[in-house]
Amino acid sequence: MLKRIRIILATICFVAITLLFLDFTGVIQTYFGWIARLQFLPAVLAGDVLVIGVTLLMTLIFGRWYCSVICPMGVMQDIFYVGGLKFRKKHPRKDAANGTKNRVWLRLSVLVLFVVLMLVGLNWLAILIAPYSAYGRIASSMFQPVYMWVNNLFARVAEHYDSYAFYSVDVWLKSGVTLAVAVVTFLVIGFLSWRGGRTWCNTICPVGTVLGCVAKYSFFKPVIDESKCLACGKCARNCKASCINAKDKKIDYSRCVGCMDCISECNQGAVQYKYVGVKQTGATTSAASTDTTRRSFILTTAAVAAASAVKAEEKKVDGGLAVIEDKQIPVRKTPIKPAGSVSVKNFSNHCTACQLCVSACPNGVLRPSSELGTLMQPEMSYERGYCRPECTRCADVCPAGAIKHISKEEKINYKIGLAIFVAENCIVNRDGVNCGNCARHCPAGAINMVPKNAGEDPELPLTLKIPTVDESRCIGCGACENLCPSRPFSAIYVEGREDHLV
Amino acid sequence: MNSDTINRRQFLKRLGLGSAAVAAVATGCSSPNETQVEGVALGEVPTDKMTYREDLHGQKVSLLGYGCMRFPTVAGESGREHEEDLDQDKINELIDYAIAHGVTLFDTAPPYCKGRSEHAVGIALSRHKRSEYLLSTKCSNFAASTWSREATIEMYHKSFKELQTDYLDYYMLHAIGQGAKTADGNRLTGMETLKVRYIDNGILDFLVEERAAGRIRNLGFSYHGDIEVFDYLLSLHDKYHWDHVLIQHNYVDWHHAKQMSEVNTNSEYLYTELEKRNIPIFVMEPLLGGQLSKLSEHATAQLKSRDPQSSVASWAFRFSGNQPRILTVLSGMTYMEHLQDNIRTYSPLKPLTDDDLVMLEELAKEIASHDLVPCTACKYCMPCEYGIDIPGIFSHYNKCLNEGQLINDDDLMDTNADRKAFRKQKRAFLVGYDRSVPKLRQANHCIACNKCLSHCPQGINIPEKMQMIDQYVEKIKTLV
Repeated sequence: MLKRIRIILATICFVAITLLFLDFTGVIQTYFGWIARLQFLPAVLAGDVLVIGVTLLMTLIFGRWYCSVICPMGVMQDIFYVGGLKFRKKHPRKDAANGTKNRVWLRLSVLVLFVVLMLVGLNWLAILIAPYSAYGRIASSMFQPVYMWVNNLFARVAEHYDSYAFYSVDVWLKSGVTLAVAVVTFLVIGFLSWRGGRTWCNTICPVGTVLGCVAKYSFFKPVIDESKCLACGKCARNCKASCINAKDKKIDYSRCVGCMDCISECNQGAVQYKYVGVKQTGATTSAASTDTTRRSFILTTAAVAAASAVKAEEKKVDGGLAVIEDKQIPVRKTPIKPAGSVSVKNFSNHCTACQLCVSACPNGVLRPSSELGTLMQPEMSYERGYCRPECTRCADVCPAGAIKHISKEEKINYKIGLAIFVAENCIVNRDGVNCGNCARHCPAGAINMVPKNAGEDPELPLTLKIPTVDESRCIGCGACENLCPSRPFSAIYVEGREDHLV
Repeated sequence: MNSDTINRRQFLKRLGLGSAAVAAVATGCSSPNETQVEGVALGEVPTDKMTYREDLHGQKVSLLGYGCMRFPTVAGESGREHEEDLDQDKINELIDYAIAHGVTLFDTAPPYCKGRSEHAVGIALSRHKRSEYLLSTKCSNFAASTWSREATIEMYHKSFKELQTDYLDYYMLHAIGQGAKTADGNRLTGMETLKVRYIDNGILDFLVEERAAGRIRNLGFSYHGDIEVFDYLLSLHDKYHWDHVLIQHNYVDWHHAKQMSEVNTNSEYLYTELEKRNIPIFVMEPLLGGQLSKLSEHATAQLKSRDPQSSVASWAFRFSGNQPRILTVLSGMTYMEHLQDNIRTYSPLKPLTDDDLVMLEELAKEIASHDLVPCTACKYCMPCEYGIDIPGIFSHYNKCLNEGQLINDDDLMDTNADRKAFRKQKRAFLVGYDRSVPKLRQANHCIACNKCLSHCPQGINIPEKMQMIDQYVEKIKTLV
């Protein structure tokens, strides 16, 4: 019964959170966005006292149910574990009636190392083992493309029937590094859990260790009734956390994830989930506190390569479409972070690189960084689209407080970057035609077109005009960069701001 | 991103040329079986009932002329916008079918199908006896580099070679009345272009000599745009003796050309002037760039109630071929279904009754009153140097306007209005937009360089319209 409830709740949470990463339309985020906020580490980073408090309290009362229900990485491992049981002839731990040793020192040192890495600013290294964000990377970079391809298939069918129910989306490789990390994580954790269940949760996972410390003292626990127990070892062999010692009839509660499997496994009804009362309290958590000094960015300064001037062919025939060259990403001295990030520093302090915002971005703007210092943390670039003024989806979904909630009205004045004009790329200079597409599309009205040659009358239609940027108005949305006809490098591009201005 | 392709269905949506398989088009069915089934329902395509008219030399010409600017490619799309090789087998099949069903006139031009049309026509027609068909081609004026006497004569001789013939039945000065740009970038008016392109370099005199020598049987011109140039050339009729003139003529342009486009002139005037001088008329744009093959539900119902079996497009063809001075009506046919439907319409032509004409005039008024962009998808503006799919954007906009999918400003500001309906309209517009035009080719990428202005025979201020459409997109994205 308890196991069934666990499975139902876990399925709901797992499906919802996975859909959160798959959905690109924003519908799921509207309804299930809160599920991501229940995740422990993001809540710690966001300073969400309520979620931290409730999670710890619930763990103190009921044990590590969090790891079996809320944590998508935990549930994913359960799926692998069940798969392993079904498909492997030999039972994973035929002789492991006594469970395995609790590697306390390994667990604690990993936790300490994790906290230290976070504190010294090596987030990118630490978050490799953060459970929720690791799952996020898997879902976002491995599952979402598949989901999108299937969607595109539906979109083609829908188009056939003139229906607008589905529309097709671009599937593109946002970051090779992130994909590689996701695949490796998936394979390693998949392999471990296929073989032995929650090995990872009980050796590496920092959240597992923290919650384990609390769960040790939990009020409700599965308890072995020594009078009924025949020490057959069935529960122990089937324990995915390998935390039951059947010989000694003891359960290691720091590793027990409260899956309730042992209760249904026992033929004698010797295992029961029951109230054991407050024995001793002393659980301490050492979750990472976050506001500390961080590294400075490793900056590469490089001039924007001049775009090769492509002179359009003389038009001799009718019809056809000119070839459009792909845009290339300019080298930005400061990365651009989404509106709501407060500052580059705040962003990297809080972000767990779960990729939820990357999955949610409908404009092809957000993608994981490949820079070492900010590895896999999202950054913005505008060669596929720009940060649309009416969209605040990344801020709506971020569970870690890296992108704080922001309204559309606030966003219009929220300055995340500054547009820089590169005269030699501008087609007004290259092709000798008037353009002004940047000025026409600037939502902040920050671009003014002025005569290219000083002194010419700006009112005359043939006067060539080039853009100038009003730095007091520019918000860094990238409309100008994205819609600039100059390719592969835009003649106007956005530099991020270290501190966002409101 | 390479030049994007549109699929066949989108293409049909855009051009919507008269099609027997209107239903098949709407549902996207195009298997040969289904077409045949519909063919049976509509009756046989007659082989010997084509209506013919006579030119000044007593030559019988089929009322349906095959316009060779939209031949299919191997990918089954129109060769006008696609890079793939033309599907010569399919072209042969279409041309054989056309000849077998009484079509005798084939009209092409050096730039058609990205410069591949004449060659393909030559291959297909050389498999028939020269007496079975009539060739029409043009002295084009797309690029200033082809304007010199030598380059022009070279183009003229190349037409003979490509078309594998030693005489041309009809030869035309191309796109008279349209402005053009000189090699050093100066924009010329229609009149200046005529002088520079055809008169000052002696080409017109050369062509008159060629006619006298029998290598050109009929000399004429195709007219777009500035009426001054039309009047001027007709005033020289006594000198040049025009054998035919190609004009844009359909039931909307008859009385409402100005409403559709500032620079155009009612075809009633053009027709009357030509009839006065007894000059046979070639017709182009019988469907107004496909607009007249897909009408609003209400208009379609009106036409269908008069004749349930006839396609919407067939009414436009009947109108364009109705008057006696019309020699032939050109239709750029990519697909067999179009060809079959058009052959049916003219085998033989059922003259329109007075009542029909009144009804079509009512329809024309309605169509002209829409704020449709009068783009005929002739693609003279293409390729846009900056990659914009100009006709694709206009076609999508017009389609949404026709189907009542556009949200007007007053409704948008009305706080009591049904926001849910707005969201549906927004989705239909934006999703449909992405489907018919790749993102990078949409209106927001138009930089208003104005280079296309001189190419549009309808005189559409393309950059202005692009900005209008872009602003509409921006508005529904931010407000709905």
